[in-house]
Amino acid sequence: MKNKYSVFSLIKNALSQHENWQQAWGNPEPKKEYDAIIVGGGGHGLATAYYLAKKHNLKNIAVLEKGWIGGGNTGRNTTIIRSNYLWDASAGLYDHALKLWENLSQELNYNVMFSQRGVMNLAHNLQDVRDLKRRTHANRLNGIDAVWLNTEEVKKFCPIINTSSDIRYPVLGGTLQRRAGTARHDAVAWGYARGASEMGVDIIQNCEVKGIKRNGDRVEGLETTKGFIKTNKIGVVAAGHSSVIANMAGLKLPLESKPLQALVSEPVKPIIDTVVMSNAVHAYVSQSDKGELVIGAGTDSYVSYTQRGSHNIVEETLKAILELYPIFSRMKMLRQWGGIVDICPDASPIISKTNIKGLYFNCGWGTGGFKATPGSGDLFAHTIANDEPHKLNAAFNLNRFVSGDLVDEHGAAAVAH
Amino acid sequence: MFLINCPFCGERDQSEFSSGGEAHIVRPKQPTELSDDEWAEYLFMRKNIKGVQFERWNHVHGCRKWFNVVRDTSNDKILSVYKMGEKPPVNYK
Repeated sequence: MKNKYSVFSLIKNALSQHENWQQAWGNPEPKKEYDAIIVGGGGHGLATAYYLAKKHNLKNIAVLEKGWIGGGNTGRNTTIIRSNYLWDASAGLYDHALKLWENLSQELNYNVMFSQRGVMNLAHNLQDVRDLKRRTHANRLNGIDAVWLNTEEVKKFCPIINTSSDIRYPVLGGTLQRRAGTARHDAVAWGYARGASEMGVDIIQNCEVKGIKRNGDRVEGLETTKGFIKTNKIGVVAAGHSSVIANMAGLKLPLESKPLQALVSEPVKPIIDTVVMSNAVHAYVSQSDKGELVIGAGTDSYVSYTQRGSHNIVEETLKAILELYPIFSRMKMLRQWGGIVDICPDASPIISKTNIKGLYFNCGWGTGGFKATPGSGDLFAHTIANDEPHKLNAAFNLNRFVSGDLVDEHGAAAVAH
Repeated sequence: MFLINCPFCGERDQSEFSSGGEAHIVRPKQPTELSDDEWAEYLFMRKNIKGVQFERWNHVHGCRKWFNVVRDTSNDKILSVYKMGEKPPVNYK
């Protein structure tokens, strides 16, 4: 790597007041033609380009991003990473990603601040208890670490949770995945961008796709705000806007795009050293390294592309948070925002070929795509390079909505991811 | 968050309503004759439009009646409301 980051480069640059750091990735104008184009410069798209260049020896690749890289859902999520999914197909997919996370900072020579602080999922009623226990058994059969904690053990693991039996959402226990945790979301996009750029991938920002040019049943290129670009392989990783791109090619996808909200509080001293998810009441909490509480809420029920979401959704989440963590009652919230998530009917993603040759989709990650970033990129790159899915993403094809072979993770993940 | 003008009750907060998704998806007349592709199209495939979309809403915490709404999903502006069974307004594409 030309400009390897290390303690020595840090010292060297400190001596020159940090004024001589090189640009981490290039800012090229689009060429006339590429071997493959990735639409969408978020974590998943940049990871796809990175693995295409690294593992599949494709060098002439572009990533098109309509805004700036990592400015969509990559910069808007609550950074939770875990792999404790119910079904075998999902367990394989998400644990593949988790294993890549474990070595990602070294792989990219970029600190993605991956922190295996554990993720705890709380059970608030008898059905939650049954579902979550079933899930821990399924996880362990798939080699994924998972333990069931009773109420006392939950309290011991995270003492600020109110475990009295007379609250509105009593804690009847929970599951814990210790290998799970969080990472720094921007760093993931930046790390992959730097790595991909280093291998010659053109990252083209402020370039919006306006149309897909088809010749019969195959793609020929993309109309963009920076002109026509020729290619015969297009990988679409456009999250909430996947349907918009699909419509350009005359395709319909089984997706609905909805706002998902999150908030952060004012920064405080360390108070919660893990991630606690309460899926039944849509309350997800962790604490960032800056000290802010990072809180995730639920989605709105209607299709919308406005990146805000409804106030009553946030209100419900904060009600549940205050019931479970009375200690937060006087905290002020600093920021609230929304991102547009593309949700599949079975709450599982699509990493698939389409019936148009050379057009691939990686979408439908819904409310929980961040955790899969490295795995999603790796498997999508494989799918694009070989025109065949990898065995880990074979189940996540578009045809499952025709065959009925769905990967129903709604109940398994409780509601959210 | 926005207001919806229920054709039966008048203007109410959106949180009183539940969204029924895309409108005018007609239930197949002869389900037994449908191919798997046609079932997938009916059950799962959605236009998911960014822009003017025709959709169904239910005033679930009010009169509990269903009706149709024309809404711009890029800014949540409601352009028209009409009852079930009425022809959709033609001035929106």
